[in-house]
Amino acid sequence: MKRHLISAADLSRDDALLILDTADELAKISERSIKKLPTLRGRTVVNLFFEDSTRTRISFEAAAKRLSADVINFSAKGSSVSKGESLKDTALTLEAMGADAVVIRHSASGAPHRLAGWVRGSVVNAGDGTHEHPTQALLDAFTMRRRLGSLDGRRVAIVGDVLHSRVARSNVLLLATLGAQVTLVAPPTLFPVNVDSWPCEVSYDLDAVLPKSDVVMMLRVQRERMNAAFFPTEREYSRRYGLDRDRVARMPDHALVMHPGPMNRGMEIAAEVADSPRSTIVEQVANGVTARMAVLYLLLGGADLGGEN
Amino acid sequence: MVFFLADAVSHARGSAHAVLEGPDISRALIRISHEILERTKGGENVVLLGIPTRGVHLARRLAAHIKQFEGRAVPVGSLDVTMYRDDLRLRPARALGRTELPADGIDGRVVVLVDDVLYSGRTVRAALDALNDLGRPQAVQLATLVDRGHRELPIRPDYVGKNLPTAKSEIVKVYLEENDGRDAVLLLKEDDR
Repeated sequence: MKRHLISAADLSRDDALLILDTADELAKISERSIKKLPTLRGRTVVNLFFEDSTRTRISFEAAAKRLSADVINFSAKGSSVSKGESLKDTALTLEAMGADAVVIRHSASGAPHRLAGWVRGSVVNAGDGTHEHPTQALLDAFTMRRRLGSLDGRRVAIVGDVLHSRVARSNVLLLATLGAQVTLVAPPTLFPVNVDSWPCEVSYDLDAVLPKSDVVMMLRVQRERMNAAFFPTEREYSRRYGLDRDRVARMPDHALVMHPGPMNRGMEIAAEVADSPRSTIVEQVANGVTARMAVLYLLLGGADLGGEN
Repeated sequence: MVFFLADAVSHARGSAHAVLEGPDISRALIRISHEILERTKGGENVVLLGIPTRGVHLARRLAAHIKQFEGRAVPVGSLDVTMYRDDLRLRPARALGRTELPADGIDGRVVVLVDDVLYSGRTVRAALDALNDLGRPQAVQLATLVDRGHRELPIRPDYVGKNLPTAKSEIVKVYLEENDGRDAVLLLKEDDR
């Protein structure tokens, strides 16, 4: 495995399977009464969050703590960043404090990549702008594999605001690596321009895609990133691309409903669908800790690879 | 414990000599099974935990022998110690083995750890730490197919298949039917690698 985890494309098929297999073993830790392993004792993980997040930050923190690493949480609010400190100076400060890994969430696509050039430790991308969120893709793949077995040949529909979604991009890349067939579904305005170069199919018609999907992953409509009118009204969006009971009835019986959270209930997903037994939304949160433990263990648990990238 | 898998058989045909052949291994395991029964008053309360990979196969064989002699089904499990090792930082992160405890757990049981080769004792130390996080056994005992000496920790086995005096430069390789297609213990000089 590479030293950093910036993009889901950094992972070869073997890397990805190693992470998922490791997560399978680590999942048992969550069922024990002592949910802790001594593996990363004495290592420091810094959570560097320039953007709001609850589940991802808590998930990384829980994962690091279960492996006995020391965790330093840094959020941009209330830090020197609000005084105008640059990313590089923040990075150098962390470096001086001896961080073995930096988990970074940033509103600018590419920030983790820049950071990786400045620090000695491993950099883990916890979401950068509209670019990537590789650990989310790993936990999604892990959730699918636990429910469905192998991902080879499985059909996954990713539905909604693809344009603003780092989750979609990371999932497409990772799922393609793992042999699944991905179809992105969205209104034409919510596709990125270069989407035809992604390893997936594209559709505008949710109802046509649903009956042949093993997994339907709904994306949050990211209003905070929308600076133009991408669809006429929320109601119309919801009618054409929202997952309600009638649409779920058209899916195969074994098919899963996923959502990376946070959800807009009633917008992209109906409340009763989100709470139904085929929804894995709560499971995804639990699996997030496990998948991130696997990533931290594989990046930090072994010998220091000394600058190799 | 050092395992070299794929290249093993071809080397074995060279200058390495087999310390134990198939029948020797099964005789040793039969004896250990009897010793376990003797020491634990008929195997009551015993749980066999193999350390992956080959320790697990050995633990299953011991359980089969015990079943045959006493008619008692002793629970068998596996205990991966990777996350508890003290040498993790000496090599790239390694894949985890399987940990599977019997349904009734290990609390109050006599846990017999089973491994193929006892060397520095560090694997066993890691196993003891791992056990500590999983429950509180009444007692922990250690069974090993080969004891090759050179302990670096105050750890001793309760059941030994064969005491094998070795030089540190030598390599002990254990092959088991379930894993490697045949049963043998080989002693290789360093230059045989």
